[in-house]
Amino acid sequence: MRRSFLTPALWIPAGLAIALLGLPLVALIVRAPWVQLPELLSRSEVLQALGLSLATASIATAVSLALGIPLALVLARSAEWPAVPRRLLRALVTVPLVLPPVVGGVALLLLLGRRGLIGQFLPFQIPFSTTAVVIAQVFVAMPFLVLAVEGAVRASDRRFETAAATLGATRWTILRRVTLPLVAPGVSAGALLCFTRALGEFGATITFAGSFPGVTQTLPIATYLELQRDPDAAIALSLTLMVVSVAVLVTLRDRWVPGVTS
Amino acid sequence: MRRPLVLAALATLALAGCTAAAPEPRPTTEGTLSGTVTVFAAASLTESFQAIADAFTAEHPGVEVTFNFGGSSGLATQIVEGAPVDVFAAASPATMTTVTDAGLATDAHDFATNTLEIAVPTDNPGGVTGLADFANPDLAIALCAAEVPCGAAAARALDAAGIVASVDTYEQDVKAVLTKVELGEVDAGLVYRTDVLAAGAKVKGIEFPEAAGAIARYPIAALTASANPDAAAAFVAFVLSDAGQQILQEAGFGAP
Repeated sequence: MRRSFLTPALWIPAGLAIALLGLPLVALIVRAPWVQLPELLSRSEVLQALGLSLATASIATAVSLALGIPLALVLARSAEWPAVPRRLLRALVTVPLVLPPVVGGVALLLLLGRRGLIGQFLPFQIPFSTTAVVIAQVFVAMPFLVLAVEGAVRASDRRFETAAATLGATRWTILRRVTLPLVAPGVSAGALLCFTRALGEFGATITFAGSFPGVTQTLPIATYLELQRDPDAAIALSLTLMVVSVAVLVTLRDRWVPGVTS
Repeated sequence: MRRPLVLAALATLALAGCTAAAPEPRPTTEGTLSGTVTVFAAASLTESFQAIADAFTAEHPGVEVTFNFGGSSGLATQIVEGAPVDVFAAASPATMTTVTDAGLATDAHDFATNTLEIAVPTDNPGGVTGLADFANPDLAIALCAAEVPCGAAAARALDAAGIVASVDTYEQDVKAVLTKVELGEVDAGLVYRTDVLAAGAKVKGIEFPEAAGAIARYPIAALTASANPDAAAAFVAFVLSDAGQQILQEAGFGAP
């Protein structure tokens, strides 16, 4: 029984942690302008921002899956590499997690902007487009997926792969039939974290992609701008974002990852 | 067993540190000022108010001035939500009204005006010459969002000129517009004259006649709930004094 190891003293900091995480959300719910809520949320610009957020976060998650799973596999196998490239690669994956998102947005501008390292050679403009929103979200959110999948790969039993190889399976077959099914829970957990992080992305997006209704103005950006004019509307938007995020975390997690939930 | 207890003790200490009120600065009785004055000021005042604070603390060495610069509307929201602040300097009368309507300040004075100016990258890649170029869909254009004062002023200027701007991004404050221009990501943006001056050689400013219809007025007020009312009043008086006005005019602000 795990319970017997939990000393009562732990409940004090744990309780404080719960209060710190939970009470701001309670305040948001208490202060929400419930009477005007239907009117505030049915405004076309709110629906537009919500739709844009859901669409871009979905695409960003798909891109993160396509690029992030291979990176996670490489990262998990990098244990055999020399220390320097191994640590560099690991730092590279972790940096977007610790970098202030605004700094990430500036870095993306300096790379892909009109006068950026790569951007100056492109025949089209990336900033201020929906593509820029997705790129910013992938930059910020993909590391969550990579680290989750990498953890799952490291924790998985490699003897299954060895057994498959001795039975004559090709590397591609082993990846498809053994490795990926083994790490599937890690992939879905990582994809969920990645999606919700992309949904809440603000700093890198407003810096790199700007803010234009229907093109780059996601729900977090609409919320921030609304806070400047009509705090009640901003609270309503925050509530929407919170409900969507919690709904995604609760319902999809139950469905996708049996055994990981309580 | 021991570690959780230590952790718990640390956490409790940290929390106690958060909730304990900081000692409130009090002016001394003999007319000399002391303590801290916390000033919330519009982002466009960043450079000039720092210069004013230097001159002010030279006169009142006992006083320390701390700033929070940002979009006026956001600052007003923070003040209404109870931020500990002694002086508020806003970039529009409307944002000041948010604070006075909440009963947090009574006596607001206009202390400066500001004029919109077109900011373009130094080499002016879009060949922008006036406000009419803002309607050109081939150019990348940045404006402030309508929610913040510089965006409202930009909308007034464009309306007055009968121009429908082909905007690529509505930025959260005037400094964000300026940054996009400095980086060359947009061909033109509408900012304040003072922002162009503060940016120095990194952007080029273009005056336009329609700006006369969208002059921004800046009000300042000491907050009634100030923990240091004498020093707060002294700071407001200094901004309105000849010395303060001179610093503002050197930064490009107009007289109130």
